[in-house]
Amino acid sequence: MAVITHDSTASGSRAIGVFKDLVSRPSGAIGLFLVIFHIVLALVSPFIAPFDYKLQNSALMLSQPDAVHWLGADHLGRDVFSRTLMGGREALLVTGVATPLAVIWGGFVGILFGLVGGRLDEVLMRVVDAFLSLPWILKMLVLIVTFGTGVEVLIPTLAFFYGIPVIRIARAATHDVIARDFVWAAKARGHGRISIIWRELLPNVLDTLMVEGAMRWSWMLLAFSSLSFLGFGVSPPTPDWGLMISDARGFMSFAPWGVIGPVIALSSLIIGINLTADALAKALGIDRAQKAPM
Amino acid sequence: MLLMLIRRLLLGLVTVCLVSLIIFAGVEILPGDACTQFLGEYQADDELLAQCQKDLDLNRPAFDRFSEWAGGAVTGELGLAVDGKTKISTIVGDRLQNSLLLALCAMSIGVPLALLLGVITGLWRDRMPDLIASTLAIFAMTIPEFVSATLLILVFSIWLGWLPGIVLTSASAPAAEFFPEILLPVIVLSMVMCAHIMRMVRSSVIEVMASDYVQMATLKGVPYWPMVFRHALPNALLPAINVVALTIAWLLGGVVVIEVVFNYPGLGRLMIDSISDRDLPVVQSIALIVASIYVCVNLAADLLTMLANPKLRTMYTRK
Repeated sequence: MAVITHDSTASGSRAIGVFKDLVSRPSGAIGLFLVIFHIVLALVSPFIAPFDYKLQNSALMLSQPDAVHWLGADHLGRDVFSRTLMGGREALLVTGVATPLAVIWGGFVGILFGLVGGRLDEVLMRVVDAFLSLPWILKMLVLIVTFGTGVEVLIPTLAFFYGIPVIRIARAATHDVIARDFVWAAKARGHGRISIIWRELLPNVLDTLMVEGAMRWSWMLLAFSSLSFLGFGVSPPTPDWGLMISDARGFMSFAPWGVIGPVIALSSLIIGINLTADALAKALGIDRAQKAPM
Repeated sequence: MLLMLIRRLLLGLVTVCLVSLIIFAGVEILPGDACTQFLGEYQADDELLAQCQKDLDLNRPAFDRFSEWAGGAVTGELGLAVDGKTKISTIVGDRLQNSLLLALCAMSIGVPLALLLGVITGLWRDRMPDLIASTLAIFAMTIPEFVSATLLILVFSIWLGWLPGIVLTSASAPAAEFFPEILLPVIVLSMVMCAHIMRMVRSSVIEVMASDYVQMATLKGVPYWPMVFRHALPNALLPAINVVALTIAWLLGGVVVIEVVFNYPGLGRLMIDSISDRDLPVVQSIALIVASIYVCVNLAADLLTMLANPKLRTMYTRK
């Protein structure tokens, strides 16, 4: 039986085992390296960027890459290399905060309703279905256009909408666990609902939620950079890959270096997260059927 | 089975009703309405605002307006856009047609290719063709659409000059005029959907090939290829129906970014344009249409799966 004990040393050694398994897979090692690389880069980039990201120099407008400006300059004469280094900060901050929030609220609601079941659960699932049938971009844009594009709007918006599919996953995982003997045993011992959720369900649903969280993170990043690309995310002059690609697109025919840097940076981060999520699922022994993003 | 069918139909109907409620409530709760948008800087004038709200029927109770709007939607009468002149059904109709054209082209390339690749990668698991196709699929799935679209424009349109990089045809033009401008967006879309469906088919083929009845058939001496085609594939391809359905829903409502990149006049671009303009009646209509498509397509997929599933089919004939 794959029952997780509450003994801290045992769960600690399991985490180490999972980590070792994760790193021993090529996809996990490469993915984790990419993710950590980007996180470190986001933290140190303000100190190592060779130029000020908002310094405009009209003499350099759309100039080619050279020894000083490694990736050339953009349409406002800003150093593309410095901006590419810093372009993931906002995205990582927003999605890094919103992903745990989404998993926590979606996971909690899913577990709770999975446990309670009955009429209430039926109604909730219909509401979840209704939300899922609307395109993500419509739901998000309506809120963003109304309340603005600041971080304080983007984080709760992303966390709210990306938590909804988590409800479904957590509910299904709860249903799988709930039929097992140890939950009956806990009920028979007279434990309350909160105690059952916390001590019996959560430890067993946690693996699923972690993998789900990793996948949500990559989709959220995709959504965030798409929003920036469309002009609804980060506001200028803050450097952001989506926004940089959108800005540089117009000059692509004679200054393609403006898109190459952010394209490689953004793709490598998203691929890194995906590889890590895949390897994590395998390391945790979760058979994750590939699903289409919402 | 008939009961199940009716149950699924009813559930779908309930979902659509809920969606329309959510859309309507969402628009009601958000600050500002069609009038504040229409009047712009004049909205501070209370008299004008009251007059406009009266003209647009906004001062009636929300429930009345909801039932009227929902009632109209059932008969295809979606009302007027915020300018008070254009019929929403005309604007949305043209765009929906264009989106359908794009979706149809993308599917006619993407689905057969995905099924073929999925079966190949599933049967030759962990060998060269699988490793190459699966790696490419991860790239196609994870790289943001605007990134791959931008790269394709850069290569095929700017460097090689083979295909037009942007759609210039007007929204109401007949379908034939969109060629060859439509080719690049079709390639991007079919790439993404192909990757998703392929991964699904691959894991399903692997699962079926490892199943008891395939082992049994092999042990009984059924040759490999007849076994694959007669026993394994019909079952392995069943789950693909649902993924294809999700993809259709996505193609008709969620390809905003690609439509923007290629300047394609589809439903997605109309959606973000009308959100930016705060043209809420149009936003409501699009949301309702897209959500209904999502529900219908998923329903159709479930029914197809049910019909194709031997267990359920025989249950039906026996009764």
